[in-house]
Amino acid sequence: MRLSELLPGAIGIVKEFTDLEMSVKLMEMGCLPGAEVTISNIAPLGDPIAINVAGYQLSLRKQEASTIILQ
Amino acid sequence: MKADISVALVGNPNTGKSTLFNALTGLNQKIGNFPGVTVDKRVGYCPLPDGRSAEIIDLPGTYSLYPKSQDESIVFSVLADKANPHCPDLVIVIIDATNLKRNMLLYTQVADLRIPVMIALNMTDLTEKAGIDININLFSKKLGVPVIPISARKNEGIDKIREAISFANKVALQQPSIDVNFIAPELIGAISDYLHLDNPYYALQLAHQHENIKFISETESNRIEELEQLYAFHSQKAQASETIARYNFINDLLFDTVKTPLIPQGESISNKIDKVLTHKVFGFVIFFAILLFMFQSIFSWSTYPHDLIADLFVWVQNNLHKILPAGPLTGLLVDGVLGGLSGVMVFIPQIAILFAFISVLEDTGYMSRVTFMMDKLMRKVGLNGKSVVPLIGGFACAVPSIMGARTIENWKDRMITIMVTPLVTCSARLPVYTLLIALVVPNRNVWWILNLQGLALTGMYVFSLVSAIIVAFVFKLILKARERGYFIMEIPIYRLPRWKNVGFSMYERSKTFVVQAGKVIISVSVILWVLASYGPGDHFKQIDLKYAKLQMSQQYQPDELKRIKNSEKLENSYAGVLGHVIEPVIKPLGFDWKIGIALITSFAAREVFVGTMATIYSVDGDAERIEPVQQKMKAAVDPSTGQPEFSLAVAFSLMMFYAFAMQCASTVAVVYRETKSWRWPAIQFAYMTVLAYAASFIAFHLLK
Repeated sequence: MRLSELLPGAIGIVKEFTDLEMSVKLMEMGCLPGAEVTISNIAPLGDPIAINVAGYQLSLRKQEASTIILQ
Repeated sequence: MKADISVALVGNPNTGKSTLFNALTGLNQKIGNFPGVTVDKRVGYCPLPDGRSAEIIDLPGTYSLYPKSQDESIVFSVLADKANPHCPDLVIVIIDATNLKRNMLLYTQVADLRIPVMIALNMTDLTEKAGIDININLFSKKLGVPVIPISARKNEGIDKIREAISFANKVALQQPSIDVNFIAPELIGAISDYLHLDNPYYALQLAHQHENIKFISETESNRIEELEQLYAFHSQKAQASETIARYNFINDLLFDTVKTPLIPQGESISNKIDKVLTHKVFGFVIFFAILLFMFQSIFSWSTYPHDLIADLFVWVQNNLHKILPAGPLTGLLVDGVLGGLSGVMVFIPQIAILFAFISVLEDTGYMSRVTFMMDKLMRKVGLNGKSVVPLIGGFACAVPSIMGARTIENWKDRMITIMVTPLVTCSARLPVYTLLIALVVPNRNVWWILNLQGLALTGMYVFSLVSAIIVAFVFKLILKARERGYFIMEIPIYRLPRWKNVGFSMYERSKTFVVQAGKVIISVSVILWVLASYGPGDHFKQIDLKYAKLQMSQQYQPDELKRIKNSEKLENSYAGVLGHVIEPVIKPLGFDWKIGIALITSFAAREVFVGTMATIYSVDGDAERIEPVQQKMKAAVDPSTGQPEFSLAVAFSLMMFYAFAMQCASTVAVVYRETKSWRWPAIQFAYMTVLAYAASFIAFHLLK
């Protein structure tokens, strides 16, 4: 499952990334394989979304979230 | 000032770095630029308990040494370039204790550069509250560096930091974090041999960043590139494995030193606030309500200090007229320079209030929510959620906002933001709009609370935003993207604004405005005064002779005579001639030669308009406050029609011109600096002038 498909409130665990460039940026921000993520907010227009990861809130676009594969 | 030790502050964004900087240096700071790049350099001085002093440099917030924006690239350049005058003797890494894991990544990178380093562990009051137990002694021992718990907001632990700076080691004693050699052993070895480096991480950083750093030569850079090819170095893969290795190290470290309570936490307060502030409907309603409140306050709160400053200038001018002997020099000083200056000074309250609002919005974390809410909308027109910050900042001044667009990583998004930001109604347009609206819009209330003049002004603000969005969309279709854009951004938790920082920002911005605009306005008013006081040939002499004749003094009252004589002189002065030259071009817009003079001078800076109008209409050299200028403009009559010169059509046509025209030398300069080419400011100037002319033309003919 991709992060973009995760339902708000459900907990996912990052498994891998489909995009190297994006993965470098995400990992620096603490979103690494093994990290627990939940969807915490969705922008009023449906995109971007905010996720809870590594103890803080990170916003990213749906398209970016679709490069994160969950376990 | 010469300092004994140079200290750099490094940390993630939103960790309280600026608060610590302000606490350490107080008002003893200045903002400059790093040589060659336009990144704000904040340097301050801090007295140490042993009598020495430390120079503190506040480096831009970053999540890692690998830069994602221009701002962030300066961090590595300052830390790694030994020849840089700001290369620090000591680095203080500020760590947000509530988010240790992510913050420690940057620490391990800085530590591996082998510069003396220590940790300021901020927000320890919050971790205590949350029940997070950090064994600071063990933490410090494992890393081999001093770790000082502080609470920058509450001003706790600042003395301990000062003390630690004065006891700081001259050599790096920190424990190494990871063995970076595993990432690219041959390449690191080859670069180290080639440049005689003894630090493998430094060599690895050069491999990643050699193309963008200035302190290595082109030959060196080319050689590094060759070595990379030779050893098949892949920058992104190397970064990925480095980051994973660092997080493994951090996980081990935190496993031993930090105990987090296992009690599941309920929904945080920040999330609850977000439910309302980023709500589908309320989110936008609140956002626009905040903007409306902001503009209404700028108007109503500034009235009193505005009048006070204006009265003060009138008083000084009147007294100087009494004390100083009458003559051209007194005229230049009192009417030219002081008159022009008062035109700027009266806007200090407006600017201070505007910057207070903007810094409160940023400080509380609300601005990130606006970015979050608007991203999808902004993307449709070729912008980025992050463009909202420069655009809103553009209400204050385009210059810092255009510099602020550096946080936008994507080239195309950033260029479009830079191109449209000057369209947003900036504070320099305020005096122009205020004056013209007061002239033609009645000061009446509609629906009890909304003032008609305030409404007209709000209308100009909304109009500017709409036009910025339309122009952005056009640019989106024209410009080609260089790389993909992304929107990976931290959303900080809501916090109360730090009033001290708000105060600093108000003071700093107002000062910059007065100094920069002041310089332009003084020189423009001097030049204008000369141009308006002298004329070509012997026209002036002839006018003097004409009015000296007896029949003239019989026909007119002395005051009246003086007035007609002076306005005839103005028409024949250099400024008048210049105005007449461009009159045919601006006639279709409803402007005469007098407005033409103001248009010319306004290309230096928009706010010059009021001063120019004052100089042109104050033919008797009277007090130069807005009210008298306003009255004079109201009384002005178009000789050919007998109608008031400033009709609704002319006033709105003028406002349209000021809304679109690129009348700001500082903006042109900053766009040049930011884009490093004259092409962009030239395109911007051209498109804005065309729009200005067209909009004025339409407005004039619609309302005529």
